[in-house]
Amino acid sequence: MQVEKFYYDNKIVKAFLYATVVFGIVGMIAGLWVAIEFYYPGATLNLPATTFGRLRPVHTNAIIFAFVGNCIFTGIYYSLQRLCKTRMFSNTLSWIHFWGWQAIIAAAAITLLLGYTSGKEYAELEWPIDIAITVVWVVFGINMFGTIIKRRERHLYVAIWFYIATWVTVAMLHIVNSMEIPVTMWKSYSLYAGVQDALVQWWYGHNAVAFFLTTPVLGLMYYFLPKAANRPIYSYRLSIIHFWALIFIYIWAGPHHLLYTALPDWAQSLGTVFSLMLIFPSWGGMLNGLFTLRGAWDRVREEPVLKFLVVAVTCYGMSTLEGPLLSLKNINAISHFTDWTIAHVHIGGLGWNGFMAFAMLYYLVPKMWNTTLYSKKLATNHFWIATIGIVLYALPLYWAGFTQSIMWKTFTPEGQLKFSFLETVTNIIPMYITRSVGGALYLSGALIMVYNLARTIRQGSFIANEEAEAAPMVRESRPGKEYWHRVLERKPLTMLVLALILVAIGGLVEMIPTFLIKSNIPTIASVKPYTPLELQGRDIYVREGCYLCHSQMIRPFRDEVKRYGEYSKAGEFVYDHPFQWGSKRTGPDLAREGVIRKNGEAWHYNHLYDPRSMSPGSIMPQYVWLFDDDLDTATTPAKIRAMQTLGVPYTRGYDRVANVALVRQEDSITAILKQNKIETPPNKEIVALIAYLERLGTDIELAPRTDSLPPTASVK
Amino acid sequence: MKFINYMEKISGIDIYGLVSLSLFFTIFVVVLIGVAVADKKKMKKLSNIPLESK
Repeated sequence: MQVEKFYYDNKIVKAFLYATVVFGIVGMIAGLWVAIEFYYPGATLNLPATTFGRLRPVHTNAIIFAFVGNCIFTGIYYSLQRLCKTRMFSNTLSWIHFWGWQAIIAAAAITLLLGYTSGKEYAELEWPIDIAITVVWVVFGINMFGTIIKRRERHLYVAIWFYIATWVTVAMLHIVNSMEIPVTMWKSYSLYAGVQDALVQWWYGHNAVAFFLTTPVLGLMYYFLPKAANRPIYSYRLSIIHFWALIFIYIWAGPHHLLYTALPDWAQSLGTVFSLMLIFPSWGGMLNGLFTLRGAWDRVREEPVLKFLVVAVTCYGMSTLEGPLLSLKNINAISHFTDWTIAHVHIGGLGWNGFMAFAMLYYLVPKMWNTTLYSKKLATNHFWIATIGIVLYALPLYWAGFTQSIMWKTFTPEGQLKFSFLETVTNIIPMYITRSVGGALYLSGALIMVYNLARTIRQGSFIANEEAEAAPMVRESRPGKEYWHRVLERKPLTMLVLALILVAIGGLVEMIPTFLIKSNIPTIASVKPYTPLELQGRDIYVREGCYLCHSQMIRPFRDEVKRYGEYSKAGEFVYDHPFQWGSKRTGPDLAREGVIRKNGEAWHYNHLYDPRSMSPGSIMPQYVWLFDDDLDTATTPAKIRAMQTLGVPYTRGYDRVANVALVRQEDSITAILKQNKIETPPNKEIVALIAYLERLGTDIELAPRTDSLPPTASVK
Repeated sequence: MKFINYMEKISGIDIYGLVSLSLFFTIFVVVLIGVAVADKKKMKKLSNIPLESK
């Protein structure tokens, strides 16, 4: 057969590779910065942009979508061409994908620092960027499928299945979770409210971990591990089971982020059961990776790439064992809302994603620049520094999480809570300091890598178009029986549709009942929509990322009810677009702040200006700009109208008079502040935020509040 | 656009659970059997795909 000559496109791989390195460093610096803010609140510089609530999304988005995202694309563009024995489908699409993705990252960084956020973790980006992500993702999809279709290798290697499943699932997750009503150019409201929003968000959030941080990286593992070890994967059969079981089960596990919340019980149980089942495919994958190295362990001692791969795959195994255990309700009761979760995700982030990226970079740079690594010794040093960094990062946080949770739950013999919330925070400050040392070590390891790679690049010469040869694929029709999975492997589109059906089932089964059945979200007659001022205050709360440190979800535990008041009910959140339950309590829960701190206007005023003046030892940042900036009331009518579209029962035409009610409430709050000897103009942002905080949780107080609530249409 | 309370109740909600469980079970068993009876030589060939290129 005539052998065809063609060229692999290394230039696009190089571009994504550089982006991986740059954004890895940027994301880690942002991470270290926010870690320091935990024990040195002055590190916020009292600037809005560098305050924890805005910088933390920059860290998470930079690491997930910029660092790991570019790492995935580097690996896919490199391996897909070689596994399909063809060049990428279109150079133009490749470059649109590259620049489109980098533009999205730049837009994300700017808007997040400016406080433009949808308020949903890992999906913070506002609607114009959401649309751009969809477009670029489609471009990537066309390019990937085009390449698969014009391939010269009949069979789709297992790595490619993971790429296909990733593409289709991320598309589905992104579109469903980003459904929102635009209010202004950079502000939107989630289409879903309260419990439903929480369910969709964590279905997304959990599967962003599954299908952005796990499945594509598993694809990279199935390619780069055999390449680096120079031996085929341990069991190809196991990889088939790994793939189908993993993508089917993963999609169901989202509700384990919402245990003991107001989410219906059956959905919580479903999440737990599927999370436990996940151990099996995950460990199957890990063992498949590790067993590939059997008989080659002597090479692990010498080869830094293999070292990184071994620890990466081990961390994958540890993380996927810990995840299901954290999904057990009795363990989750201790771990949730504490630093335990942060430790858990960083085993995955630093260990699995980070080390996979480092392994790939150390493998690719010498190959593509046709040289050898500048210094194996430096790479080995990087390996050890980063490994110690992970340990120093995670152990203190496990300790901190466990200690704090137990302190929250400790009662005195008289039946009182033994520790104030602040005491449980100041107690773990030494752990926060140690954690940041671990993070700093990890970052310095990465900087050593940058130097090592730069020297390697300088000594080599880049092969932009790598020559290769292969016979064209013949479309033969063979008589007789054929192994069913091989038939599937030859049809990428069938694979895509099957994968989509499998992942869609999990989402639908969990969502449809929650969305449609009344008994799942019992309505509470006294729950009323927010007043215009409270709504504006709520948007400030979202903008400053308060939900990243404060939950609004009181679980039905003795200590939580004692500390924060009546446990949260599903019906209390029906007007919350988006929900603000939070996932971490660096500060106390605020679900009933308006009840706990009734008439606390002056307290909030002083506390937000300087938290330490009211709570000595607090690590909360100062929000000084809220006292200078005027509240933008021009947006009020549009916001009311958007809420009406979403089903919030404001009376018809309320948008036109909303600002009158807003000013009235501002005046009443400034009057209360004046009684406390605080003079402030009424139109400042701080007044709106205070209005919102004082409203929180008051709806189901025994004595109903009627004063400043807006008139509503009849609620069914 | 209002996504709350379209229906008072859904009859036979348990069918969701049963359908998904049986679907998962079926797929898992099919994959398991398929993998078990797979041709050894073919499996070896497939797992060697990444090693064929440089």
